[in-house]
Amino acid sequence: MKPALPTSVFLERRSYRRRRMMDAVRLLPVLGAMLLMLPLFWPSAPGTADGDAIRMSTAVTYVFVVWLILICTAFALWRMLWFTRGVDASDADAPEDGDAG
Amino acid sequence: MSVNSLVAVSLAYVAFLFAIAFFAERAAARGQGGWMRSPWVYTLSLSIYCTAWTFYGAVGYAARSGMEFVTIYLGPTLVMLGWWWVLRKLVRIGRAQRATSIADLISARYGKSNLLAIVVTLMAVIGVTPYIALQLQSVTLSLGAFAGPPGSSTLGNPASAFWVAGGLALFTVLFGTRKLDANERHSGVVMAIAVEAVVKLIALIAVGVFVVWGIAGGVQPMLAQIDASPIGTWEMDRSRWVALTALSAAAFLCLPRMFQVLVVENDDERHLQIAAWAFPVYLMLMSLFVVPIAVVGLDLMPAGSNPDLFVLTIPLAEGREGLAGLSFLGGFSSATSMVIVATLALATMVSNHVVMPVWLNVQGRDGALVSGDVRNVVLVARRASILMILGLGYLYYRFSGGGAALAAIGLISFTGVAQFLPALLGGIFWRGASRWGALAGLSIGFVVWVYASLLPSFGPDGAMSARLLAEGPWGIGWLRPQALFGIEGLDPTVHAVVWSLTLNTTVFVIASLITFPTPLERLQGAQFVNVFELSGQPREWHAAMATSEDLMIMAQRILGADEARAVFREEADRQGNFGHLPEPSQAFLQRLDRELAGSVGAAPAHAMISQLVGGASVSVEDLMAVADESAQILEYSNQLEAKSAELARTAGALRAANDKLTALSVQKDAFLSQISHELRTPMTSIRSFSEILRDTDGIGQMEKTKYASIIHGEAIRLPRLLDDLLDLSVLENGQVNLNVETGKLEDVLEKAVVTAQASGSGTLTIKRRRLNEAVTLSTDLARLAQVFINLMTNAGKYCDADAPRLDVSVETRDGAVCVVFFDNGTPIAPEQRDLIFEKFARIDGTPGAGAGLGLAICREIMARLGGDITLDHTETGNRFVVVLPQQAALAAQ
Repeated sequence: MKPALPTSVFLERRSYRRRRMMDAVRLLPVLGAMLLMLPLFWPSAPGTADGDAIRMSTAVTYVFVVWLILICTAFALWRMLWFTRGVDASDADAPEDGDAG
Repeated sequence: MSVNSLVAVSLAYVAFLFAIAFFAERAAARGQGGWMRSPWVYTLSLSIYCTAWTFYGAVGYAARSGMEFVTIYLGPTLVMLGWWWVLRKLVRIGRAQRATSIADLISARYGKSNLLAIVVTLMAVIGVTPYIALQLQSVTLSLGAFAGPPGSSTLGNPASAFWVAGGLALFTVLFGTRKLDANERHSGVVMAIAVEAVVKLIALIAVGVFVVWGIAGGVQPMLAQIDASPIGTWEMDRSRWVALTALSAAAFLCLPRMFQVLVVENDDERHLQIAAWAFPVYLMLMSLFVVPIAVVGLDLMPAGSNPDLFVLTIPLAEGREGLAGLSFLGGFSSATSMVIVATLALATMVSNHVVMPVWLNVQGRDGALVSGDVRNVVLVARRASILMILGLGYLYYRFSGGGAALAAIGLISFTGVAQFLPALLGGIFWRGASRWGALAGLSIGFVVWVYASLLPSFGPDGAMSARLLAEGPWGIGWLRPQALFGIEGLDPTVHAVVWSLTLNTTVFVIASLITFPTPLERLQGAQFVNVFELSGQPREWHAAMATSEDLMIMAQRILGADEARAVFREEADRQGNFGHLPEPSQAFLQRLDRELAGSVGAAPAHAMISQLVGGASVSVEDLMAVADESAQILEYSNQLEAKSAELARTAGALRAANDKLTALSVQKDAFLSQISHELRTPMTSIRSFSEILRDTDGIGQMEKTKYASIIHGEAIRLPRLLDDLLDLSVLENGQVNLNVETGKLEDVLEKAVVTAQASGSGTLTIKRRRLNEAVTLSTDLARLAQVFINLMTNAGKYCDADAPRLDVSVETRDGAVCVVFFDNGTPIAPEQRDLIFEKFARIDGTPGAGAGLGLAICREIMARLGGDITLDHTETGNRFVVVLPQQAALAAQ
């Protein structure tokens, strides 16, 4: 009885973490859309004075940095999920199957 | 590098791809193909999203519009990052339903409607045609870049485009339909595509690296050069930024070729989780050097050169022929992989949803199982479809003038296929989506797309007159193709996307809300929307009922005799069943299912096996047909049951009637024999005594008198008997006329007693209680008196007591007046009580000469008068009760 207790607490923690991780996976595209739609607020009218206009190099850098951040986040989340998979196989409410949206 | 050597290199490259496909197929057939089903191959196969449009067009796009090109890759990136929302469900549904194409999936969702499948197929063919034209154009352009002096254009060269189209058609036919088999399609083509994905990525990165570090001299100088270029400031049409990102995301889900690699070729749902970040990496790398190449091209190339070809012309201008060759191969890879998968996906749709249904109908309803080699029909259908689709692409290329920028053509195509999105997403997330909604939405979206995007793309006076474009049909301003509903100033692409998808979605939702789906639609809807609750792994076979012979016959017709035998022999060997047919085990059936699916599509293969295997995996349609049939049978049997119950009732009634008739006939016979007996007895005695009187001499006076009085007595008895019979007959036939009069019971009894005692032996003592007899009656008093007289005479005749005595009393029972005749004779035996009221019934062993009609007459009279006569159960004596007619007594009170 008593030796089993810490194990179950440990598992609960893992599955809790795993579910929050899945929440992050679900929210990532929302974050991505927000960041990628940010350029809509940049001044871009052709009549803008040269000083106000965003330089192309800045725009390119911004887009690719955001892209890279999104990819890295997705990769990190995947790695964490991939390596906790099977640890809590007994968790009936496994996020990738259970929380159908 | 000459055009000829380029063609030679291309052919060698194609041969190399063939070899890869061939060995991949061989390895898969030997069961060594595990590494080919890895997530990396899956991710690379998704790269057919990046076509020649990406390879050449993105640079041209960037040279014209700056960073806008990147929206085409940001949309798919967001879709992949959001795999959990849509793709996860789409892949699960596609696997659970064994979808062969997007048309298959949409039709399956909306009640397996073939009409919907045909509509989606036609829309896909028309929508993808510009895209295929785009590939033709890019290959033609790239060849032209090598052939002519730099900057010169071979845009209008129809001959080269024709040969390119022919070559691609041949390539696709050889690649995709060389043999009809699941394994080749899945591992061979996908493997070749993965290799092509690597080639085009390396080619583009090589050019990019050469441009950044070879020409510009590093990252910082490159960034400075970008800012100094004509596209050096951020100039963005905001509506296009949003609309194109959304459009590319929609097209990524809806393009038939993307559906093919994303859903149909998916082996393991977990691959999606890896592709979710790996494919965005690929897209990012493909986009990374686009702006630098465009900027350097704009700087280096003479004004007026085609920016779509910078990827080729920069290395050529710099004298890097090898790099230019690699770049050409990259573009060639992009074009060929897209064309192969797109035409294969479309050809599958055309042959499965248009050609095969027609052919099966022509062959008769059970054509697939009757005769002929289905394989050949499918192969011919696929090849014809491939030729047709490429032919359409070529025609589009010719008639659009080949002049539009690559990016514009691609966007038209994207807008066309994006029309599937409402029906697709509505189908997997909303159970209320109905077939009519999907049809209506698709149709309106398609019409708007053709009107506002496709036809205007042929240029002024191409498919639409310049006047129609400027003023609208018949001068109706709000119907102008590029300013619908009078909203002007929108970018034409944004205009087409917004209006087509808005109207599409609106009509889809409204039509779904007001129509009512069929049961099959509702079932399928539930299965799609709740796929995670309902589906586990793909369905398994329960091979109880299939016989190997049946499976063999079916497999021969589809796979061909040799191949089917090979498959069966191999399986038999594996099972250790050498020289015999294999057992239809689970594993074998699943393998057979896969083999057949590659030939005729997953759904038909599944259906055919399930027909033979039975029970395990019946489609909803089958179930409904069965349910319909059994409902009909049930109703029919209910009707039969009702009819047979009715028949049984009639038969029972007939039997009862028959019994009654038989009984009546017996009664009649008995009556006749009885009556002849009764008549004969007095006749015999009359005859004998009259003979004695006539023939005997010397009879004394005394004897003469005695004999004559006997004859007289009998002669009196005879007419009385006849009177009685007549009386009874009249009573029984109901012909009696009742002579109703009012009188007192007391008087009736008095008269009866007098008459009875006058005719009787006189030993009977009749006791009466006159106090109770003061009842006034209104009935036929003479008949009633007759009943009383009969009862009293009977008592006189048959009462065997030493001192015969009859108590006559009047009682009231249940409100009815009863006259009770209670004698002190021997009680009638219980078994004879029922008989005494019958005609000619006489108690055995009793003396007397009655005909046995008296009580029968009494009963008939009482029945006529509305009363009754019964015999009570008693220990001593007999107790007859005459129940007087109720209304008679009441009327008197």
